[in-house]
Amino acid sequence: MAEMTVELVAVERRLWSGKGTFVVAQTTEGEIGIMPGHEPMLGQLVEGGVVSITSTDGEHVGAAVHGGFLSVTADSVRVLAESAELGDEIDVDQARQQLSSAEDETERARAQARLRAAGHKA
Amino acid sequence: MGAQLRELRARVKATKSIGKITKAMELIATSRIAKAQARVEAARPYNSEITNVLSELATAATTLDNPLLTERENPRRAAVLVVTSDKGLCGGYNANVLRTTEELLSLLREQGKEPVLFVIGGKGLNYYRFRNRDVAGSWSGFSDQPQYVHAREAGETLINLFLAGADDEGDSAGADGILGVDELHIVYTEFRSMLTQTPVAKRIAPLEVEYVEEGEATSAPELRSVYDFEPNAETLLDALLPKYINTRIYAALLESAASELAARRTAMKAASDNANELVESLTREMNQARQAQITQEISEIVGGADALAAAGSDE
Repeated sequence: MAEMTVELVAVERRLWSGKGTFVVAQTTEGEIGIMPGHEPMLGQLVEGGVVSITSTDGEHVGAAVHGGFLSVTADSVRVLAESAELGDEIDVDQARQQLSSAEDETERARAQARLRAAGHKA
Repeated sequence: MGAQLRELRARVKATKSIGKITKAMELIATSRIAKAQARVEAARPYNSEITNVLSELATAATTLDNPLLTERENPRRAAVLVVTSDKGLCGGYNANVLRTTEELLSLLREQGKEPVLFVIGGKGLNYYRFRNRDVAGSWSGFSDQPQYVHAREAGETLINLFLAGADDEGDSAGADGILGVDELHIVYTEFRSMLTQTPVAKRIAPLEVEYVEEGEATSAPELRSVYDFEPNAETLLDALLPKYINTRIYAALLESAASELAARRTAMKAASDNANELVESLTREMNQARQAQITQEISEIVGGADALAAAGSDE
């Protein structure tokens, strides 16, 4: 099966890297799904978006990504983010609290993204 | 005699406890350096990726007239961001950064630009406050463990000022209501090794564009110019450049944190060594004093016994 290198890099550390078969992300133009052999592309991700990666062994990795960019070549996908959190590292209760106390639109979008990445309904 | 002995004993005790404290600080700094270096290392992938993406964008963009890339004619004001530590006890670390800053400031003045100071870290802030110098902005409380949010806070302030530009009349804010700047500089300490840290001054905006000849471009020329951009390259460049500058500031903060800890370790090691040496020489002096006291006591006793014997034989 075709595969590509997927890297999820936040400013402070590299969150995830490995081989993947499918990546879904939301750019400012709309949702995009990337499979191996995609045409080279650079895109800006929406604030408070969720990136989900399907790795070669069928594992699903979800991450909440803030202030991110997407760089795609035929055999690699790189997600650059100002800050990002993996779905299973997100503190759901804290995210819910953040959502209910959110004051502006960006903060609400971030909290929703964190909940969605963790697999909970926002 | 007894008084001198007691005094020496007190000094030995005090020196020993100071030595214990400096030794503990040395060990703490040593263990934190490894962590600080790991953070520098962890930030590297993002750094190299964003540089890659930026060079792709710059190649593809039709115009490079982004304000962050354009050299201003007649720059009048220049912002200088100084990275110092919050706490002292780190040898010449802060003094070195501040000296380099002073050099940069006088260079800027020579070029006819008015420097505007921004300070990170309590020590630098104190230095300028004490000398009654104007500090346009300051951030502190994170010098040994900087987070990206800290860098972003400082970065956004500076970028806003930069984008506003020094179109103002004299010292009052111009039409846009912001007393802007035309250049951004940063002074921080580069971590060379555990023993060497060098203060460096760099210009972070406007960024310098390096033109690479077509032939000697990178190893993957066939991938160039076929990139698809969402939205277009110019918008992406506008969004990415401020982030790139923030990353540069963040990298500088991390390097400075590692340097601060290394400088503290060296300073504390020197202090512990000095304390040990002092304890040794004081102990020697103390022993001498004790020996002198004993000798004196013996001779007093002998003298007293002699006197008694002499008095007895007289009777």
